[in-house]
Order: sequence, then structure tokens, then C-alpha cells
Amino acid sequence: MTLTAAPPARLTWRTAPRRLIPANRKARVGLAIIAVYVLVAAVGPWIVQSLMGLSPTEITGAVLQPPSAAHPLGTTQDGTDVLAQLVVGTRTSLLVGVLAAVVSTTLSVAVGLIGGYYGGAVDSVLGALTNVFLVLPGLPLVIILAGYLRGRGGPFAVALVIGLTGWAWGARSKRVQTLSLRNRDFVLGARLLGESNPRIMLVEVLPNLLPVISATLMLSLVTSILAVSGLDFLGIGDINTVSWGTMLYFAQQRQAMVSGAWWWFVPPGIAITVLGAAAGLVNFGIDELTNPRLRGARRKGAQ
Amino acid sequence: MTLLLDVKNLSVDYGSEAEPLPAVSEVSLELRRGEILGIAGESGSGKTTLINALLRLLRPPAVVRSGSATLHPRSGEAVDLLHADARELRRTRWEHTAVVFQSAMNALNPVSRLGAQFTDTLRAHRRIPKSQARERAAHMLDLVGIPAARLDSFPHELSGGMRQRATIALALVCDPDLLVMDEPTTAVDVVMQRQILRQVIRLQRELGFSVVFITHDLSLLLEIADRIAVMYGGRIVESGPAGDLYRDPKHPYTRGLRDSFPPLRGPMRRLNGIPGNPPDLRSLPPGCPFQPRCPHATPECAASVPALTGHGTERAVACIHADDLPALINGGRA
Amino acid sequence: MTATTLPTPHTQPSAAADGPARRRRGGRARVLLRRLGFYLATAAVAITLNFVIPRLMPGDPASVILNKLAQRSQVTAATEKSIQALFGVPDQNLWQQYLHYLSQLAHLDFGISTAYFPQPVGEMISQGLPWTLGLVSLTTVLAFLLGTGLGIISGARPGSRLDSVLAPLATFLGSMPYFWVATMLLLLLSVSLPVFPSQNGYDLNLEPGFDFAFVSSVIAHGFLPALTIIVSSVGGWLLGMRNMMITTVAEDYVSLAEAKGLGRWRILLAYAARNAMLPQVAGLAISIGTVVGGSLLAEAVFAYPGIGYLFYQAVVNLDYPLMQALFLIISLSVLVANFIADSVYVLLDPRTREDA
Repeated sequence: MTLTAAPPARLTWRTAPRRLIPANRKARVGLAIIAVYVLVAAVGPWIVQSLMGLSPTEITGAVLQPPSAAHPLGTTQDGTDVLAQLVVGTRTSLLVGVLAAVVSTTLSVAVGLIGGYYGGAVDSVLGALTNVFLVLPGLPLVIILAGYLRGRGGPFAVALVIGLTGWAWGARSKRVQTLSLRNRDFVLGARLLGESNPRIMLVEVLPNLLPVISATLMLSLVTSILAVSGLDFLGIGDINTVSWGTMLYFAQQRQAMVSGAWWWFVPPGIAITVLGAAAGLVNFGIDELTNPRLRGARRKGAQ
Repeated sequence: MTLLLDVKNLSVDYGSEAEPLPAVSEVSLELRRGEILGIAGESGSGKTTLINALLRLLRPPAVVRSGSATLHPRSGEAVDLLHADARELRRTRWEHTAVVFQSAMNALNPVSRLGAQFTDTLRAHRRIPKSQARERAAHMLDLVGIPAARLDSFPHELSGGMRQRATIALALVCDPDLLVMDEPTTAVDVVMQRQILRQVIRLQRELGFSVVFITHDLSLLLEIADRIAVMYGGRIVESGPAGDLYRDPKHPYTRGLRDSFPPLRGPMRRLNGIPGNPPDLRSLPPGCPFQPRCPHATPECAASVPALTGHGTERAVACIHADDLPALINGGRA
Repeated sequence: MTATTLPTPHTQPSAAADGPARRRRGGRARVLLRRLGFYLATAAVAITLNFVIPRLMPGDPASVILNKLAQRSQVTAATEKSIQALFGVPDQNLWQQYLHYLSQLAHLDFGISTAYFPQPVGEMISQGLPWTLGLVSLTTVLAFLLGTGLGIISGARPGSRLDSVLAPLATFLGSMPYFWVATMLLLLLSVSLPVFPSQNGYDLNLEPGFDFAFVSSVIAHGFLPALTIIVSSVGGWLLGMRNMMITTVAEDYVSLAEAKGLGRWRILLAYAARNAMLPQVAGLAISIGTVVGGSLLAEAVFAYPGIGYLFYQAVVNLDYPLMQALFLIISLSVLVANFIADSVYVLLDPRTREDA
């Protein structure tokens, strides 16, 4: 049997939002997990602080307490509540991740869309720039910039740096997508009607990129959070804010592992790992969506 | 002539028990030794699935639901193609059954030199030294007009026609009884197509193998096939000697298919496509699968699937109106 | 994953070719030269970034460094000149500064460490570099081979029992950040179960030398950092190879190999895996940067005496000369590794010469 694939349907700003939820189970589970994190970041701090009366920073006499009714996840060496730190840290980590992801995704869309749409010399220059940023190792660059910043500008300065260095990968996929859209009927039609290039890019091409954009936005959200956590963990970021990374930093500095205070360092680690796994699921699901042969493999497994 | 391949009631399904997707239904055919059998049909008619089933190349979710296929090779015992175990299957492959795929570019391993793709095959079946295998490969390439120096080329270094001829040489390297060709000329231009067809016929006369030739182009089969079977919706709807079937098609679909392609030679003729689309195998129409597109359909056509019944000694048709079809309007070449 | 400008293995190059073997090699050389040109240009970008960053940063790093050095001892005129060439000279035009900076680099003069005064930065790096090169190259090769091998098995039979364990496991392992894997391994295999040492590259009581005691101590100390890198990176290779295998197994040339009656392993290795490998190798070039970044964190956790730990120390102590020099060295090493991976790709894919 030969199955001929029709070109994917044209998307506009009105129809595109419906296509943002992928039709793949793995990707959906991953997105659902990320949604739970967003929910915790949004209302969690209010619940633990106002309703449960826990503070992420208040130093109490109850030092290194294992989990109890008063402190559901125990306390740190300073006597601060781990649950409150975890929940407030979720908000910090997510905000930082969102900023970095928005910066890097915006850059990647701009570079990919413009390069793919105009082609020629513009594309060559942007392509070379993309390749340079792709092969230069990102983390060392982020680390030295964070080193100069020394916490100045708070966690958001670090997020900005991560966003500015991490756009290259996404720019490539958007360029490829734009290339395939450039010669579709509706784009050619708009061009023949004399629409301006920026308008065609924004009105005709961009909505068709939205599914790709939303997927890479999610992935770069998570990779940014992991990167910031890594920096915080090393004490290179801003150690005065409460985040998963700084929780782990203090836990290690105060020898929580040696003293067996697992409730101090396991929760932030699990929070990071589960979020990473959610990104892995989204990634895997998108692979299956874009490569039908992988889907066939799944069906075989079901038999 | 003795029987080489005997297929009975073969059915292949891509779906599940709950949601069947019958790609091939109750297909029976016979291939005699030294014969060229053409199988014609549109994409989705089940012709490629049929040969993949015979060659045991079906991939999940496709499964053989029922039927049998027996090969009677020149040497050795009969082989039950559908149930042979791994060892017997490996022995049968290429020694008795060989295949040429549609796109030679994709059929050759892109990272391996041409020579290696011949020698590994030969040495998988025959205990011969590498030098001898290479000699045999050079000889086979020579048969299809490719210089032996090409053994050191990678597939991408050959032209399209050369690649297709190389895959034919590769198919014949173990001197098979049965050569299956799946649209072997769709990827090359018309001149190359003719050249390849001539070569196949010449080789077939010299070496005496049988051919199952699959295509959507009925007029091309007229050129090379002894007999033709026409498939539609996973079933054989008509079969018979090539000339008879082309001159006097009994099934409305065969007629439509014939009039959709220009003949390779002979007078120009008006071309008529068949209106409508090939059937959706998930929801086949009731009765005759062609009935919704058929210009001669009557209410009875939707009642039951018409059986493939004999018309004279050599022909068979699956159409209840085969005998009372209106006279041909424009076709009948005398 | 595919490489930057290498051809993707499934694009079909135009037919036609009458070029015998010589032209093929000529083609490969041309492709490699083009890649070399790209990496040289990228190296120029890295060198320039290294020049620009300290000059863009707030608070005049050159004076900060000179003040720090002055606290330790008298700063000689030569040292002052060298630091200013690297970090900025007040009231000198940028172009002159840049030329100065380049000549400084050409002499491999990276200045003096402020945290480990009076050690020259170049010397510290040459001490740490072998540790990291050994650790990262060994673990990268091991993780690549292990992941690719398991990916072949997993992708050959998608949905099999083995695959349904390996694929989710790989997704899970691949999503854990390096520093967390390092911390967990440290906790499990060094703190809870004291099997492996938790710090340093060897037992500091031993005299470094090529004897059994020292070598086994190096292996024991390197085990956990190595395991961290392998555990964190093997999942990516496994999934990549698995998915490429599933795609490749459906290709006509694999069906034909099966129809030819070849043995199962020959089909799997010489036909399917050999082709599925190509994007893996292309991906190797790109992933090296990520692996190096991750290994920096792993080295920091285990206080491993490589340049990753040195980098960490430099940033924590705001040792700008050491920091900048390490950034440059790490970037350039990654570019060299990239070029090696690209060269392997060119050797593996006979079609590379068609790349225009």
C-alpha cells in the first residue's frame, strides 16, 4: 500500500491555537506534568504561606527536623521549612525558566523565520551565526557571564544570559519549517497580492510555526530551569533567592547528606528530575508525531 | 508447462480483529515455469502487499489471515512460502525467489559499494571464495550492460537507469526460479524503461526464470506479460492471457484501467480516467468493491462480492455483468 | 539530531557520476576543508568573545585583578601590561587593545591567577587539562558506544520487552541533570555505601607515578565522575539510535537485505545500523558541547582535579584571569572535538562529496 501524505493543513491565527495540544499521549502526559508545576508556582506560595503559615526564610529553633505535621517536609539546618522553600522555589525556578525560554524562543523564531523566508545572503549570514552558537559550548559562556554578574540583577539576569545563548537549536528547526512554508500556495498568493514581507511573515507564516514554537518553548523552559538550577547549585547564581538550585547548594554546603537529612535535598532533586522527565516525554512524543514510523512501532508493541 | 507458484485464497490484513483492514482478500493465482505474469492495479489495490506476503516481507501490523502459497523450485522440494521456518526461508530466498523494488536508489545500501552487495548475497548462499563471488558479480553486471569497474562504485555514483539494471543483475545473481518485480520502471524515463523491459525479456528467455511483474500501467504489461491479473480493492477482478485481456476486457475496471494509459505502441486513442477514487479499505462498499465507481453498476452489484469465475479455459472475471456489458465504445483494437 | 551543515543521510543526492575513486577523495578533502574553515571562523568568534566580555562587564575587571594582585605582592610592570592586554586598558582604542590581546594569546600568556597567586594561569590549565581530556573523551566514547549498541537492539525490535524497559529508562536518565546524578551517586556509592572516594583525582597521600597503587587510585577516584557522565548521556544516544533504527529498518535496502536471505545480524549491522549510525555521529559533534558543560558540573561535585573544577574554583573566587583562559580553552577544545567528529562522519558517509 502506498499512502500519499497530503501537505499539512494551513493554519491561521484563528485556527492555530487548536493545534497546540499534541495528539500524542506521551507528549500530553509531559505537558500535563508541566501544567501541574505551573499551577504550584501560581498558587502554591499563597497556600503554604497564608493557609499553612509556613515561611521559606523564617529561622526557627526547630533545626533539621524530619517530616512532621508541623513541617510536612521537615526543616533545614537553619530551621526553615523545606516544603515552603520547595513551593516558593518552584515559583522562582519557573519564572526564571519562563524568562529564559521566552528570550531564546523569540530569538530563535526571529532568526529562523527571517533566514528561512528571505533565503539568499540573509539566510547564509543568519545560518552561519546559528551554527557558531550551536557549536560553542553554552554552559561555560553562561558560567563566566554569571561570574561577572555575581548575583547583580538577581536570578533574572542569569535567565537573560541563558536565553541569549540558547536560541540556536530552535532557530534551525524553525528555519527548516519556514523553508517548507515559503512556497505554499497561500504564501505565494499573498506575495502576488503585493502584501509586504513582514506582514506575510507575521500573518501567513508565523501561525503555521506555532505548533513547533510551542513545543520548543516547553523544552527550552525546562532546559533553562535545569541550567539555572545547576548554576544555583554551584553557588554561581544568586544564592539569596530561594530556588531548587540554592536549596541543593545549602544542603550540600551544610553536609545534609552526611547527616542523613534526606528530606532536605531529595524533594528539590525530585522536583527537578520529574520536570526533566516531563520534557523528555514531550520530546519523545513530538518525535513520534513527526516520524510516523515510530508510531507504527508503538502499535506493534501493543499487539 | 509445470507449475512454479501456487497461491490459494491468500488474505492479508493490516487492521486488528476488531477493526479489519483487508489489503488482500482471497487471492488465488498460479504461475507456470518460464512464464511472465503481470499484476495490474492502482495504488492501494493490494498488489504490493500481495508480493510482500509471498516474499515474507510484511511488516506489522500486516498479517496473513488465511491462505497458502507453495513454490515448486527446479531443484529441491516444494516450499510452503507462508509457513517456512527461518532456516528454510533463508535457503529459499534469492536461491529460488528474488525481487526488484520500485526505487533502485532506496533498494541499494547507500554506504556500501556495489560489489559488496553482490558478494555478501552470494556468500550467504554459496560457499565460494570472495574472488569467485566477485567474478560472478562482474558477469551479472555484464549481462545488463554495466562495466565491471562499477563494482567499486557506491550506489549514488550510478545513474538512475544503471542503478535499476544493477538491482536486476543483483536479483539474478543466484539464478532464481522466480523474479518478482514491483514497478521496476516507474523511477526511470521512458527510453530507459523500454531498454530495461527488453533486457528483462531477453534474460528471462536465456535463463528461464519466471516473473511476477507488478505495475499500474496495463499497456506496459501487454508488452511483456504472458498473462495478466487485474487487482482492485485487494481482490483479483480479472485474469487471462495478456493479449485477450487487453483487447477484450470483461471487467469494467479492467476496461477503465486500459483506457487510462496510452499504449506503448499502436494507434493513439482517447484516454479516459476512471472517475472516483480507489476504495477505502477500512470501509469497503457492500458487494462488488468497484460498484460505486462502475458505470454499469446495478442494485444487484451491491448484494454480494462477485466470485472470480471462469470464462473459457484461460480467463476468469469477477463481475456479474461480464457477459452483458454494453459493447465497447472506443477501444477494441482489432 | 543532525549536524550543522553535513548532509542529512536520507537526502538523495542527484544521480550521475563518472568520477572514479580519486575524485571521491578529492571531494572528501574539500568537505573537510570547508568544515575546517567553519571551525576556524567559530574559533575566531570565541577568541573575540573572550576579548569583548571582560570589557563589557561592569566594574573594570582589569583594575579589580591588579588590586587583588597588589594585595599579594608588588605588581611588576610586565604583569600589569599582560593583565591590561587581556582585560582592558583605560584610554586605549579598542582595535589596538585587540591586537595587543591577540599577540598576548599567541605567546600563550594568560596572566597570573589571583586566587592561586603567583601561579601563571597557563601552567594551572596544563595541569588540569589531561584529567578532563581523559575523563571526558573516555566517558563520551563509552557512553556513545553503549548507548548506540543498546539503541540498535532496542530499535531492531521496537515494542519488545527489552525495548519497553530501555526506552522509558533512557528517557528518564536523559532528563536528569548532571549535577543531580553526581549528587545521587555521591550519596549512594560514597556516603551511604563507602565504595568509592568522594573527592580528588587520586589519593593525595600517594606520590604520582606510573605504578599500580597510583593508577588504581586514579581509576577509583575517577569512577564516580565517569559514571555520572555516562549515566547522564547514555540515554540520549540510546533514544537517538533507537529511533533512527526504527526509521531505517523500514527502508527498502533493509527489506532487500532480508529478501536476499542474509543473516539477521548482518542485516541489522551492515545494512540497518550502519546507516542509522550516520545521524548519531553527526549528533556527536553537537552534543560534545553539552557533555563538556555537564562534566564541568560533575567535576565540581567530586572536586576532580580537571579544568571543570578549576573553572568552578575560578568563578567562585572571582579569579578572572583563570576564568577567561578556561572559557577560551574549553571552547577551543570543543571545536577541535567537533572537527574530529565531523571527520569521522565524512569517512563513514560516502555521499559526503555530493554535498554542495
